[in-house]
Amino acid sequence: MKAPESLRYTETHEWVRAEPDGTFAVGITDFAQDTLGELVYVETPDPGRKLAAGESCAVVESVKAAADVYAPVAGEVVARNAALADAPGEVNKDPYGAWLYKLRPAAGASLDALLDAPAYRKAFGIA
Amino acid sequence: MAEGDWDYYRRMRRTPLFDAHRAAGARMVEFAGWEMPLHYGSQIEEHHAVRRSAGVFDISHMLAADIEGGEARAFLRRALANDVARLPPGKALYSCLLAEDGGVLDDLIVYFAGPDRYRAVLNAATAQADLEWLGRRAPAGARIRPRTDLAMLAVQGPRAREQFWAALPEFRSASEDLASFCSMERNESFLARTGYTGEDGFELMLPAGAAPEAWRRLCAAGVRPCGLGARDTLRLEAGMNLYGQDMDASVTPFESGLGWTVALEGGRDFVGRAALERRAAAFQRLGLVLQERAGVLRAHQAVRTARGEGTITSGSFAPTLNASIALARLPAACAPGERVEVAVRDKRLAARLVQPPFVRRGKILV
Repeated sequence: MKAPESLRYTETHEWVRAEPDGTFAVGITDFAQDTLGELVYVETPDPGRKLAAGESCAVVESVKAAADVYAPVAGEVVARNAALADAPGEVNKDPYGAWLYKLRPAAGASLDALLDAPAYRKAFGIA
Repeated sequence: MAEGDWDYYRRMRRTPLFDAHRAAGARMVEFAGWEMPLHYGSQIEEHHAVRRSAGVFDISHMLAADIEGGEARAFLRRALANDVARLPPGKALYSCLLAEDGGVLDDLIVYFAGPDRYRAVLNAATAQADLEWLGRRAPAGARIRPRTDLAMLAVQGPRAREQFWAALPEFRSASEDLASFCSMERNESFLARTGYTGEDGFELMLPAGAAPEAWRRLCAAGVRPCGLGARDTLRLEAGMNLYGQDMDASVTPFESGLGWTVALEGGRDFVGRAALERRAAAFQRLGLVLQERAGVLRAHQAVRTARGEGTITSGSFAPTLNASIALARLPAACAPGERVEVAVRDKRLAARLVQPPFVRRGKILV
């Protein structure tokens, strides 16, 4: 299973990518999609919604289970990946391409507190 | 379960096809104490393969038990809620095994295999308790023989029979005229035109040692290996109950959509009959189709109807309908066609009541 070096990770299996415009793209990791199985429903947050760090803000459901997706840092939702509503399986096919939402980080919010790739892999025994 | 959890592995039972599943890349899961394939890569594609072509399931975790002897028939007429006296030779019957209070202890298929010989197929989770229950009540003239020496395969789908014969031609001539819900024996093998998917097909019981070769030949003939994940969504679409989920010892057959399997005519005395005649059905089983794409119906979600509250017993995404469906325990006054609300996380979603099955022989019926 993959966990690219260029991304940051949470202990709840979100990945975070710093975009050139200063926003953060958020998705679920390869480990998360593999554990859940084939996704059949993805719910993403409304743009404009203010999120606290750790707040539940999206839902992914597979044939067998539902899982909450949490905000990795505080911020405001600026975009959602609306295409996933009709094609939730994209998250299985390309977990690091299929971002769920983007947020503009609140003042002082940074990626430094999140796990880097080696730490994430080590925490969950991912080879 | 973590890798290296040795207690877990020691407890687990494996079928004769375990190595074949691993070699095919199966994701294995625990089911009723057995280590079984959940899927071989895509449970949704496996589901579609069974609706459109053919798939094969390892169901060796289920237990065949032979009931033999001069009193076998009389014993089963007393033990089962459905009446084996209805059976011509070779024919199968679906029945509940009831407790004295009318609660469902298990659901099973029983085949009239030959003179003084029946074969029942028991659920993996309940097999041990069923054997004890039957053993306590069986007279000397009805021996119960668990057939742990047999493996069991289900080949299901519109092309199942044709591909089964291509893979195992030795069965062809004897099974070409086999009608639905009928069975035949060939040497040590037992073949029945039954299943748990809503599609045509066969269930094959054969000596455990012969199972890997039969599996290999079926796969080579183009039958797709399918796991328990697809088996669950297929049976849900077919409106078939899963024991332990859609019914258990707390409900009667009449409360779980199985009233048609209770043979009350002729005054036959069977275990649970008196209680069934006393006990009014507190609820009924109906199907739900979610009307919006805003979540997935799941077991234990609350259903609000105009006639009171109910509960989902099985729910999932239904690949054939491309929508979420469920089986639910609802107030007896509810009727198909009515609108209800289901509590899904923090939302109330609209669903429509239907009479299962949702899908049969590849066709959507709701």
